[in-house]
Amino acid sequence: MRAIAIIFRRELASYFATPLAYVFIVIFLVMAGALTFFVGNFFDRGQADLQSFFTFHPWLYLFLIPALSMRLWAEERKTGTIELFLTLPVTTAQAVIGKFLAAWAFTGIALALTFPLWLTVLFLGSPDNGVIVASYLGSFLMAGAFLAVGAAVSALTKNQVIAFVLAAAVSFLFIASGTPIVLAPLQAWLPAGIVSMIGSYSFLSHFLGITRGVLELPDVIFFASIIGVFLFANTLLVEWKKAD
Amino acid sequence: MAPLIEIDGLVKRFGPIEAVRGISFTVERGEVLGFLGPNGAGKSTTMKMIAGFLAPTAGRAVLCGADVSVEPLKAKRVLGYLPEGAPAYPDMTPAAFLTFVGRIRGFSGSELARRVGLAVERVDLASVLHQPIETLSKGYKRRVGLAQALLHDPEVLILDEPTDGLDPNQKHQVRTLIQGMAADKAIIISTHILEEVDAVCTRAMVIARGTVLADGTPAELVARSRYHNAVYMRAAGPMPRGVLDYIAGHPHVAGIEPSDRAGDTGVLVLSIDGRMIDDVVRSVVASEGAQIAELRVERGRLDGVFRDITMPPAPSRPADPVPSAAIA
Repeated sequence: MRAIAIIFRRELASYFATPLAYVFIVIFLVMAGALTFFVGNFFDRGQADLQSFFTFHPWLYLFLIPALSMRLWAEERKTGTIELFLTLPVTTAQAVIGKFLAAWAFTGIALALTFPLWLTVLFLGSPDNGVIVASYLGSFLMAGAFLAVGAAVSALTKNQVIAFVLAAAVSFLFIASGTPIVLAPLQAWLPAGIVSMIGSYSFLSHFLGITRGVLELPDVIFFASIIGVFLFANTLLVEWKKAD
Repeated sequence: MAPLIEIDGLVKRFGPIEAVRGISFTVERGEVLGFLGPNGAGKSTTMKMIAGFLAPTAGRAVLCGADVSVEPLKAKRVLGYLPEGAPAYPDMTPAAFLTFVGRIRGFSGSELARRVGLAVERVDLASVLHQPIETLSKGYKRRVGLAQALLHDPEVLILDEPTDGLDPNQKHQVRTLIQGMAADKAIIISTHILEEVDAVCTRAMVIARGTVLADGTPAELVARSRYHNAVYMRAAGPMPRGVLDYIAGHPHVAGIEPSDRAGDTGVLVLSIDGRMIDDVVRSVVASEGAQIAELRVERGRLDGVFRDITMPPAPSRPADPVPSAAIA
């Protein structure tokens, strides 16, 4: 735990040592706001809720999270620091978890900074705060799942651009796996049971379930197990690819 | 007592390429082992395996009784490692970086500050302590890497090219540092600089094509040189022809060569099997009454030994050509 905490601290500080943190947070806030007001028709809906804000989170994360995760391991391998890092007395699992938690905490900070929207709906009406809290938690969980996917992909390559594109592509499959884009071509040649299983991996349907105000255990377990599985894969990939 | 470093039959294959083909050795406390070898010889790969970064295809590395593959954390705790190129996080300052490494190594509070301070002092980093590492010169980056390897005063030190990129003064400083620590540690360094082997290593190992080709003290390696115990001689005026002919005829003399140093008019008298021949040369010179400006016994040349060991003999000419006749 101590090692994870030390790695977490170093990683989180490293976001703020470069302009990365500030650029990311500003873009995230601007995009989230723009989507909410202009695409989500926040005012026209005439309702004091944040539905039009949270609806776009999966799509916002689709390209912003890979931008955050792409450097996690690719940069470490490119600069050779991985050799130094992994010959310190830490296990690969501690390194993977420490890095992931730092990136997740960072997205948590970005997400928390959207609080003025919450204040806005509180000012305009009387929103269901339970729904909003559940949605924030759901969004944070989903961000963790995207990050775990991106971190694992980042361990595959030394090239950050490749890491970004691959992470975005895999994330898109997870968003869209419940929609006809993914399911229709599969239906032709896979049994219905497997198609519906693939459909059940959709980030979109699990997240929408949460934003309707019910933070149900299966949805939480779904995102938590995606995080767990991909962190495990991440550990194996780092072990496998570290010295290439 | 068991050696601090025990390497047994290390093999590393990358696909069809066998980078390291069964290397075994031990390093005792107090020894400084120098890895010598051409680029791509397998030096760094061997060091990466000993440091636990690369898993060996076969064989094992044991540091202070801990097998690197079986008890990696235990082995990593006793190890200080400077990887090739001295990588460090570019956006961190040396102070932050060394503090991070110190924390990971289990230090905190005043002990952490003391350790970082000591390491900074040892490699003379104080002036750049708060600049991002990416802005530092190559020499300072190397010293940051050294500082992190020394921070916990490890029993086993593995330094991959510790003086690469340093200027002659800094090189000297690092060598003095290594010599100063050598007594209670087992140290492996790799280098391309042959004089460094002489300066700091108690033992040298020549590695090429993934195998150990020679292993001995620097003095033993130098003794393999064809210039070992050769006599360098430079006459004050023109060398009388008779002197050289007479010397060349001696049964212990293998031949006479002109010096290969630019602008040097001296000659080298090569001995057979490294016998001491300076008495022979001196007595001939004295009896012929030649005016000699300089006369000394050569130790031998490590670079020639290195070439002979590591270069596969060319088929067209003998590997060790017998020097041709004397010149005047």
